[in-house]
Amino acid sequence: MVLTDTPAKLVYERPEALGTTVTHYCPGCTHGVAHRLVAEVLEEMSEVGNTIGVASVGCSVFAYNYFDFDFVEAAHGRAPAMATGIKRVLPDKTVFTYQGDGDLASIGMGEIVGAASRGELITVVFINNANYGMTGGQMAPTTLPGQKTTSSPTGRDVKRQGYPIQTAELLSTLEGSAYIVRRSLHNSREIRRAKKAIRTAFEVQKKGLGFALVELLSTCPTNWHLTPVEARDWIEERMMPVFPLGDYKISSAVADLKV
Amino acid sequence: MAKELIKGNTAVAEAALRAGLEAYFGYPITPQTELLEHLSARMPELGRPFVQAESELGAINMVYGAACTGKRVMTSSSSPGVSLMMEGLSYIAGTEIPAVLVDVVRGGPGLGNIAPAQGDYNQIVHGGGHGDYHMIVLAPASVQEAVDMTGLAFDLAEKYRYIVTILLDGSIGQMMEPAELPPMQPLKTDVPDWAVRGTNGGEKRVLTSINLDPPAQEVMNLRLMKRWQEIEQNEVRYKEYFLDDAEYVVVGFGTAGRIALSAVRAAREKGIKVGLLRPITVAPFPKDILEELTGKVKAFLVVEMNSGMMLEDVRLVVRGRKPVEFFGRMGGVVPFPDEILTEINQLVEGLLTTEGHPRDRWLARLEKTIG
Ligand SMILES: Cc1ncc(C[n+]2csc(CCOP(=O)(O)OP(=O)(O)O)c2C)c(N)n1
Ligand code: SF4
Repeated sequence: MVLTDTPAKLVYERPEALGTTVTHYCPGCTHGVAHRLVAEVLEEMSEVGNTIGVASVGCSVFAYNYFDFDFVEAAHGRAPAMATGIKRVLPDKTVFTYQGDGDLASIGMGEIVGAASRGELITVVFINNANYGMTGGQMAPTTLPGQKTTSSPTGRDVKRQGYPIQTAELLSTLEGSAYIVRRSLHNSREIRRAKKAIRTAFEVQKKGLGFALVELLSTCPTNWHLTPVEARDWIEERMMPVFPLGDYKISSAVADLKV
Repeated sequence: MAKELIKGNTAVAEAALRAGLEAYFGYPITPQTELLEHLSARMPELGRPFVQAESELGAINMVYGAACTGKRVMTSSSSPGVSLMMEGLSYIAGTEIPAVLVDVVRGGPGLGNIAPAQGDYNQIVHGGGHGDYHMIVLAPASVQEAVDMTGLAFDLAEKYRYIVTILLDGSIGQMMEPAELPPMQPLKTDVPDWAVRGTNGGEKRVLTSINLDPPAQEVMNLRLMKRWQEIEQNEVRYKEYFLDDAEYVVVGFGTAGRIALSAVRAAREKGIKVGLLRPITVAPFPKDILEELTGKVKAFLVVEMNSGMMLEDVRLVVRGRKPVEFFGRMGGVVPFPDEILTEINQLVEGLLTTEGHPRDRWLARLEKTIG
């Protein structure tokens, strides 16, 4: 190796909006990546001190231990209602929820649809990992047809257990939704695109353009019984056909937005 | 301010607004809806948030969120809706933040009916939501008292970081009575230390009810219980009528207490030495005065619009030392003063006993009337 005297350049460091708490997420879990993206975006927007996060019930229940700003912790599924309450009384604050797919698309479907239909000026970071992570890998509304989980041990049988819910598509039908996209966290290119989407979703809130949600396909190697690398491939090969990445709702005002 | 003829629900809504209500979140349900409707017009007029939520689950969790910012916020509902709120109430209690709930109770269980009832007593006073917590419960018996208690509810909630429930029934909610509304208060400007607001460069604040470490959770439980003891010490409220020389005491809250007062007055006219104890705080329960009366009087009659829920709280204080009888109507049926007068007469003339359970005797009597 040739040593040069070129000064070292810092290319990667922990965003200050993330504290120093050691992660409790499993190895290869992309919850941590999503946290980092949110922290980077809020920092780049100089919004860290002006933000109130709403954590949900799931593996990310302790999200507030990582983020270094004000947080509240909602009941299972109710984060969008809680965020509504906060945003309505503190309209100048940036308010976001961070929710899993069991939380948002099963028990909390009423609250998320209500918030989106009212065009609540909140940002939702939605982690779709095709199962209930925290409780040990049960079937979620996002579980793929045929996917084995601890509560669909022979694989999700759509005749008995229904079909996966495509949240981004569903919420995109609502007038109050201004920005609804699906991204993935399975490779660096998609992570960069995810970050841009999260940035847009927060800008939409800042500019008061309506409800914004970014659905993120996320790994759960532990409950998928895969290695972290296999889990990344599983997103691409198995999840993406059912949950295609894309922009599902870009209101005209959002289309004009320059991020 | 002059008195005006005003409906209970509307009066409570306006009183809350004047007490500095900063945001309201609710869902329509009879017999509470006028409260929501009044605020749907008044709150926007004043530039304050009003949200008709997607459900009572939504409403209570909006209250939860907004209350985390330290603002004065409330919701209101009636029995089936309040059942849906139990999850949120437990979380609010577990986060130790103030909030106000108005429950305009109707006949049940189930969808029941929209007539006045007191069948939510156990749910509101003895829990409902999961875990170890209490709520302060105020039980007014008139529109004026409901108005006066609305401001008090916010003050108590903030003082103790507790939930305060105003327990109305359909008749107080729906009834029009002359009442004097309080003057308009300015909105609170102070932000409590614990409230989230964005760090603005300072220390972060986290409001949560999760506590995975049982000993740490127990410390929190202990704190809540100690505060409850303080509330029991300081905040008991009740009204007494003709108790000075009473040999018999009727105990009733809210509308049942008010109807019982008519019966007590009629009995007094006939020379019966009977008085009325009307708890205003059903939680904390007025134990001391009941204890004092237990030493003085011959017997008690508990009157409720349910199957005898507060009755058990009375029996816990009296502890078999004096006879306790019960009279109630259920399912949205409101008792007549005559019926209660008959019960008072029976108490005076009848064979008093401390044996058995008063509910069984009451049911046997009631079956003859409604069977
Ligand atoms: C009312 C209620 N029901 C059930 C639970 C149990 N529970 C905790 S987390 C969870 C599922 C979370 O899954 P998801 O939202 O997909 O998040 P993940 O853990 O996968 O990130 C469930 C069912 C609860 N806490 N509250
Ligand atoms: S269980 Fe799954 S979602 Fe939860 S931390 Fe582990 S890998 Fe992540």
